[in-house]
Amino acid sequence: MSELRKRTFVVTRFDPDVDHAPKTQSYEVACRPDWKVLDALNFIKDEIDGTLSHRWSCRMAVCGSCGMNVDGEPKLTCKTSLADYGDRVEIAPLANFPIIRDLVIDMDGFMEKLESVKPWILVAKQKAAEEGTNRQSPEQLAAFKQFSMCINCMLCYAACPVVSQEPHFLGPAAIALGHRYNMDSRDEGAAQRNRVFRGEGNVFACSYANECSEVCPKHVDPAAAVNQAKLNAVIDWATSFVVRREG
Amino acid sequence: MVEIHRHDIVVVGGGAAGLRAAIAAVEADPRISVAMVSKVYPMRSHTVSAEGGAAAYVPGSEDSLEKHAYDTVKGSDFLADQDSVDYFVEQATLELTRLEHWGCPWSRNPDGSVATRPFGGMTVPRTWFATDKVGFHMLHTLFQHSMRFDRIVRYDENFATRLLVDGGACRGVAAIDIRSGAMRCFLGRAVILATGGAGKCFPFTTNGTIKTGDGMALAYRAGVGLKDMEFVQYHPTGLPGTGILITEASRGEGGYLVNSEGERFLVTRDYGVGQKAELGPRDMISRAMILEIEAGRGIKGSYGEYMNLDLRHLGEAKITAKLPFVRELASTYVGVDPVHAPIPVRPVVHYMMGGVDTDLRAATPLAGLYAAGETACVSMNGANRLGSNSLTECLVFGARAGVEAVAHARATSVGDEAPLRSQTEAEAARIDALRGRKKGGEKIAQIRHEMQLSMERGCGVYRNQAAMQQTVAELAQLKGRYADLVLEDSSKVFNTEILQALELGNLLDVAEAVAVAAAARRESRGAHACRDYPKRNDQEFLHHSMVFFTPAGPRLDRKGVTITRFQPEERKY
Repeated sequence: MSELRKRTFVVTRFDPDVDHAPKTQSYEVACRPDWKVLDALNFIKDEIDGTLSHRWSCRMAVCGSCGMNVDGEPKLTCKTSLADYGDRVEIAPLANFPIIRDLVIDMDGFMEKLESVKPWILVAKQKAAEEGTNRQSPEQLAAFKQFSMCINCMLCYAACPVVSQEPHFLGPAAIALGHRYNMDSRDEGAAQRNRVFRGEGNVFACSYANECSEVCPKHVDPAAAVNQAKLNAVIDWATSFVVRREG
Repeated sequence: MVEIHRHDIVVVGGGAAGLRAAIAAVEADPRISVAMVSKVYPMRSHTVSAEGGAAAYVPGSEDSLEKHAYDTVKGSDFLADQDSVDYFVEQATLELTRLEHWGCPWSRNPDGSVATRPFGGMTVPRTWFATDKVGFHMLHTLFQHSMRFDRIVRYDENFATRLLVDGGACRGVAAIDIRSGAMRCFLGRAVILATGGAGKCFPFTTNGTIKTGDGMALAYRAGVGLKDMEFVQYHPTGLPGTGILITEASRGEGGYLVNSEGERFLVTRDYGVGQKAELGPRDMISRAMILEIEAGRGIKGSYGEYMNLDLRHLGEAKITAKLPFVRELASTYVGVDPVHAPIPVRPVVHYMMGGVDTDLRAATPLAGLYAAGETACVSMNGANRLGSNSLTECLVFGARAGVEAVAHARATSVGDEAPLRSQTEAEAARIDALRGRKKGGEKIAQIRHEMQLSMERGCGVYRNQAAMQQTVAELAQLKGRYADLVLEDSSKVFNTEILQALELGNLLDVAEAVAVAAAARRESRGAHACRDYPKRNDQEFLHHSMVFFTPAGPRLDRKGVTITRFQPEERKY
């Protein structure tokens, strides 16, 4: 068994029934060398302070629950090795979201944004299952696959400088998801989603900071999606005039 | 006072089975309203962690419905109900096709048709996949598709603590709104349980922390039997320490399992898997690995002995194309790049074959109560599930539960709310008394830890009577100590300690059902390998185990197995 290393975790605490504002609380934990940040939080919860609240589940970087700001940067805590940190580690809720309790943020706004881009296959006529599967070539799949990898961990919202200024901005993950369906050869709903993209809180608010893609733990590259979505939304808008004139 | 929410159908759980049930219900009847009550946001559900694939016959392939049915029944060691298996294989293709229509990014052949891969215990490649993140893609496809229906009303982060039963019928659930701490009363003319399994009864599991047997415990306490609980699936390849799943698709794509001598023991020694080698069924391969370790051919590590999963011969291109998540997981959690080094793996608790007793219609014996997915035991998995059948099972029986619940709701009147409201108020009082209860003995973590170690000792890959009996006794004692639990957090808002306490209560009930059923099955069948009784005994044990809740402790019973076209035979590969 390798050496344990003692670290101090400075953790945000907030109970809205008691506290006027978030505060911090420090915990000393002897950490195994192979621990992730989440392991230390779970140790605190189980052994030191049962009142600490945080979200987590799969501990394998796919459920998207455990995003937090670690030393000021948005991280998936189950995927973030403590070996990369010093003796003092600050753990705070994801930035740019209201806090419900301790490390738990309010994600209602995020869920509304996801839903607003109509993240489902829009077709004029739904096929019956008996008609069999659609053909989709590996190239057609590759056109959207990357943008379907988002786990909704919201790190990109915590990193986005536009979200921090304009809370109504659709934001990286929601735009990437809408774009994912627009790029799917089975979908016919791009015009509807492009209207959403051109509407209030629209894609054009993005300032190309690229922070979203840098923090994405799944390499979705939402910044690329936003830029492609901007272009497509403009082309779609311009084309609509041409079509209307022809009609 | 409790808040009352009235819907036609209440679905508990937002994973693959629950979402499919909700969609099926609103599609079956344009007037039906569904409450989706889940303790996590649906996309956090543990379906998300499934990796390898979903099985279904591909029309025009070398496969057939009969072959899929036979493989499933043989994999089950002939304990599956064959009418359930037939219904499952018939519906499987339609269900996976629906997901394709709804946008699931299934991996494709060059001609654009859906690709399949080989899987353990399956005689032909029939496992549809989306690289090695199949559960993730299925869950997000289902969740996103469900958003188009306004009549699916989500209650995210609401934790169901009790079924509301009146006049012999289930009419709703009591649930804590985690964000406010308030108790809510969800009323419906039918309830569907889809809360997944209970891997957290064990210390070493692929399961996420949310897999605490909630639906099983709710049904059990309401008098519904739990069926075949002794059959706990160990997946052969979990990462030491964390238990993180390394998909069977690693072997489906050609990976080898090797011991400390670099030997492919499934090929060189007789473990009953024959020519299938690494693609034998999970129960047999897990046993082979334990026997290898016992014979001194394990590899020593800081989390116990392990075997190596070698993918190096597949090459970087194939690993990147077909198994990118395996590469990410091995690199992140054990510091191994499988392109260059073998992955350390150990058998790990993965799946409960048993669950809430349901029939072909996904109905439980309690009127108005349905169950689907890992929560349920329908029973199509019998004593051992084949990999990639369970994701499809969630869809097939989730859909059936939704349709049947609608039919039941249409034929049922709303009834009297008063008794249901008072049951919810009693539940609120029970939980408020528990919240922040300072007096008492032990912490949650202590009791949970002892329960998990006891389950591993008594209900592991190999079992024996003495150890199982000891676990039964230890669990009874732990339940006594649980009644004297100490809690620190008296707050209302997002109090996760009270949730953990209630989850531990669920786990203890489910664990006890597992241990009691295991101790009573004096034979070896599928995943239940008993060293005192190493042979299958159809004469005495070709039946389902049933466990019923009584205040004095679990009561055991049995139930017949439906055998139609495949007569029990020796299970050899």
